[in-house]
Amino acid sequence: MSNNTKFRSKENMATESRDEWIPETPSLAKRFYKDIKINGLLYVMVIIPVAYFILFRYVPMFGNILAFRKYSAGRSIFGEGPLTLKYFKQFMSAKPFWQAFSNTLILNGLYLLFRFPLTLIFALLINEIRNLHWKKFVQTVSYLPHFISMVIVCGMIKELLSTQGPINDLIFKLGGEKISFISLAEWFRAIFVTSGIWQSLGWGTILYLAAMTGINPSLYEAATVDGASHFQQVIHVTIPCILPTIATLLILDIGGLVGSGGAFEKVFLLYNPMTYETSDIVSTYVYRMGVESGSINFATAVGLFEGLINLVLLTCANLVSRKVAKTSLW
Amino acid sequence: MSSIDNSTPEIHVHNPKNKIKESTGYKVFTVFNTIIMILVSFATLYPFLYLVSQSFSSEQAIIAGHTSLIPEGFNINTYIYVITRYDCEFLKYYLNTVIYTVVGTVLSLLFSSVLAYPLSKTKLRINKFLSPFIIFTMYFGGGLIANYVLILKLGLKNSMWGFILPMLISTYYVILMRSFFMSIPKDLEEAGEIDGLNKFGVFWNIAIPLSKPIIATMTLFYAVMYWNNWFNAKLYLQDKAKWPVAYFLQTIIRGAGASDPDATQMSANIKSCAMVLTVLPIICVYPVIQKYYVQGMMLGGVKE
Repeated sequence: MSNNTKFRSKENMATESRDEWIPETPSLAKRFYKDIKINGLLYVMVIIPVAYFILFRYVPMFGNILAFRKYSAGRSIFGEGPLTLKYFKQFMSAKPFWQAFSNTLILNGLYLLFRFPLTLIFALLINEIRNLHWKKFVQTVSYLPHFISMVIVCGMIKELLSTQGPINDLIFKLGGEKISFISLAEWFRAIFVTSGIWQSLGWGTILYLAAMTGINPSLYEAATVDGASHFQQVIHVTIPCILPTIATLLILDIGGLVGSGGAFEKVFLLYNPMTYETSDIVSTYVYRMGVESGSINFATAVGLFEGLINLVLLTCANLVSRKVAKTSLW
Repeated sequence: MSSIDNSTPEIHVHNPKNKIKESTGYKVFTVFNTIIMILVSFATLYPFLYLVSQSFSSEQAIIAGHTSLIPEGFNINTYIYVITRYDCEFLKYYLNTVIYTVVGTVLSLLFSSVLAYPLSKTKLRINKFLSPFIIFTMYFGGGLIANYVLILKLGLKNSMWGFILPMLISTYYVILMRSFFMSIPKDLEEAGEIDGLNKFGVFWNIAIPLSKPIIATMTLFYAVMYWNNWFNAKLYLQDKAKWPVAYFLQTIIRGAGASDPDATQMSANIKSCAMVLTVLPIICVYPVIQKYYVQGMMLGGVKE
């Protein structure tokens, strides 16, 4: 090597035998220059999006420091003065916060508990439809609610459940008494879960159906030869084959247990002070405290707490899934 | 992914060639399954049909408690009223929504694709940092308040940009696009480079034309996102002249019993009519692009 570098010159290079020649590692600057020369345009392409992510995603992320520093309107968005745990202590001892926290868990938990198996079963049932036109129709119809604004979904819920709506009409005709669903706390959970399933059932099947398309047909043939009934094929072929998909979706859902996800808009549009005891969730609490009452620091602290728990939950779910189902998000 | 050329992967029935006689159990199941599907489809469509029926019914029928799916006292007066009231207020909100949706969707598509394309080049050195940098934002963020404070600080209150910018680039959609770009055969891109295109030329002239399915999907997703958004308007658009129609709907739906000062008492047929008009474009568009977004979602769901 030392010999080689000493005598390196263009004339020498040509005469050197191949196994003696060792390429010189280019310096970092040189590699960087070469990389820029080849991929420079790709780097230029990401400049604006990266700037966007810094300004609109990372600046607010660091803006979470408002949970620890005093904010005054119009001043620095990172707050001023010394760091303090005051705001955390404040909300930790606030009763409405714990009510919102438990409601978040209950609502998300119930929703997951019902929606997850129902979606899977619905996907398995769709997969059994033989008539392709009918199948396409069912799919198209069931995707529809996914595209509808939450404002309209909640508008529909209110219309259907109003005291003059069709549901109360039916109850009345059956001899029951009309129920003012929207203003009764005990009905909120049922409304939340049912409407959530209505909205997500079809859309939730897309990834399952995609995974089912990928199953090798020879597995079914083998199962048939072995005398497996249709139902046994579903249990022993279809489900094991889509297990990674099930696991991935379950992780995402568990990671979202504490988060607001899509729940915020719906709760916000459906709740009212009469139903707070069952309907108020952390994100709506944050909104009321921060935006409506102007307690920016307090609300940031609550939001940060929620975000961190969410991150921890997601990480744990991911870890478990990597161990058990051999799939993970990262 | 070999179906770059628009051939949709049909979600097909398993063992379609299996002509072995079906057991009676299976026949019973098929009947049962069909009934379930009919019920689910009906339950999905019912609220929409109900709204349509309400919107075409007469005021008297509504007051008398009309609840069937067939309009009673059929008329289109409600539509005329909703559209023309207060100096065509509704149309102005509608137009705002159209503007926000078009501008937002075009910008979102542009910036998402120029980000997703370099991200799809796994060998690109910068991606070691860039990918985690982008993906992390899916799992942790600033939360409502920090974002709110930022938008106020940037002076975007009461501006169209305050409505659009917070949702300009969706990390999840960028990841979907990246997965699609990854599936484009390398040979085609290399051929382009040999023909003298630079990296951007390859992206623009080769990758983008091959990505119609994902572009269609993203157009739909982003457009629906802008069309449906009302919360950014609630946070940042105090000026009534700038409201999108979704936010206007929210203010009229809140109605009785709400603490909202803007709440106006309106009868069910007016609300229904406004909702039908708002939802109509989406209902018309989403089935047309279905084969694309099903494919797009599938690709995104497949782990790289």
